[in-house]
Amino acid sequence: MKSFTYERPTSPAEAAAAVARNPDAKFIAGGTNLLDLMKLQIETPSHLVDVNGLGLDTVEATQDGGLRIGALVRNTDLAADARVRKDYGVLSRALLAGASGQLRNKATTAGNLLQRTRCPYFYDTAQACNKRQPGSGCSAIDGVSRSLAVIGSSEACIATYPGDMAVAMRVLDATVETVDGKGKGRTIAIADFHRLPGDRPEVDTTLKPGELITAVTLPKPVAGTHIYRKVRDRASYAYALVSVAAILNKDGSGHVAFGGVAPRPWRLEAAEADLPRGAKAVTDKVFAGAKPTQDNAFKLKLAERTLSAALTQARA
Amino acid sequence: MSRRELVAGATAAAAFSAVPLQAQAGNAGTDKPVTAKVSLTVNGQRRELELDTRTSLLDAAREHLQLTGSKKGCDHGQCGACTMIVDGRRINSCLTLAVMHQGSEITTIEGLGQPDNLHPMQAAFIKHDGYQCGYCTPGQICSGVAVLGEIKAGIPSHVTADLNAPMEATVDEIRERMSGNICRCGAYSNIVEAMTEVAGRQA
Repeated sequence: MKSFTYERPTSPAEAAAAVARNPDAKFIAGGTNLLDLMKLQIETPSHLVDVNGLGLDTVEATQDGGLRIGALVRNTDLAADARVRKDYGVLSRALLAGASGQLRNKATTAGNLLQRTRCPYFYDTAQACNKRQPGSGCSAIDGVSRSLAVIGSSEACIATYPGDMAVAMRVLDATVETVDGKGKGRTIAIADFHRLPGDRPEVDTTLKPGELITAVTLPKPVAGTHIYRKVRDRASYAYALVSVAAILNKDGSGHVAFGGVAPRPWRLEAAEADLPRGAKAVTDKVFAGAKPTQDNAFKLKLAERTLSAALTQARA
Repeated sequence: MSRRELVAGATAAAAFSAVPLQAQAGNAGTDKPVTAKVSLTVNGQRRELELDTRTSLLDAAREHLQLTGSKKGCDHGQCGACTMIVDGRRINSCLTLAVMHQGSEITTIEGLGQPDNLHPMQAAFIKHDGYQCGYCTPGQICSGVAVLGEIKAGIPSHVTADLNAPMEATVDEIRERMSGNICRCGAYSNIVEAMTEVAGRQA
């Protein structure tokens, strides 16, 4: 690990300013992803701004009947929050499907959104990776790509967004609240938060340098069966090959987003009207234009079958 | 990452951690170390330390406080051998910096129980042969104690059928909740038996 200086500011604006004025600085919250990457020297910040002293750790009701989740609410606490369990079950389920108990106790809401890809070529510093080292190429495209993206990728990068929570946030139409280095706040729709790689795969999100997430807001609850169905290589503690976050009614109508298939949570609202017609009608549209590799073409069928299983569960 | 890759990584990391500390620091290049002061309460005792900011909570315990019960398996949060209970919650102590824990209350395996004063979970692990080589055991026991606390506190898991109903320490719940603790000797079924017995005693 490269050495770094460390500070612990006491206000969000102060924290944002500290990172905005130093291009080598990073925020650290739970640290479960950043420290892993720092040990491998994939991330090499020279300064860490510890945001754990900022508060931002409560879940509060909003005036329009939704919830405002502080950026530092731990994954365990969010999954266990009585209001989330009752009204946003898809979010509880997605959180509980991710990582291990130890990691969920540390990992935060904002940090979860910001976790970096688990593409094995991103992690292996001996390999070319445009996300890790812009311009170096992509070893994954002609490499072992079983776990990687089937849609939304580019000629520069086929990495997937690895998280579960954000897939649920996407189907719930969450909004990300931030503050920048000048103390100015803004909101970003979850649909616009994660970027597609294009020719700049090193940039994962639409956050500006130094911009700090302060909260994630959920609109008022959507009725229906809340389902998060995750298919992975082992029963627990593994990343998704394919996941489905869905809120479905008995007639099959509802909303759905997919994880494990793209550089960001993948949702096509225009296809949701077809949900009562069955899974294939929806996935044909959602995955139109997919460019799978030979290794990961199975994900297209798997996505259809996983949605089909979710529809069966909702109709039961 | 497959289990096979995980084991390969764990072996490599374990070998690396055997290299003297100075050589590890040398690996980070010629950049100058930065130190910071931190005070922690470890197993009920207040400890003041001045540490390289890079020091993980695990290394602080093992290398600076001579508490070598917590083990370094993978050093990447994948194996759970480093599990400690910090401010009442189990965490991977390898994936957090000691300087981030100013004022924290930390319990390691040494604080949970001693040879002449075993914690019920330690006694149950012995009774049920919940280990073979023992390397993962301190992490398993810290995690196991915390898991029963989480179930008691009503925190749901991936296998909890009804998110809004009370939950029990069933075999399925224990297995799911312990998935962050790897045992390459494969003592899992005995670990589940040990935890089930302690859960029964508590109920």
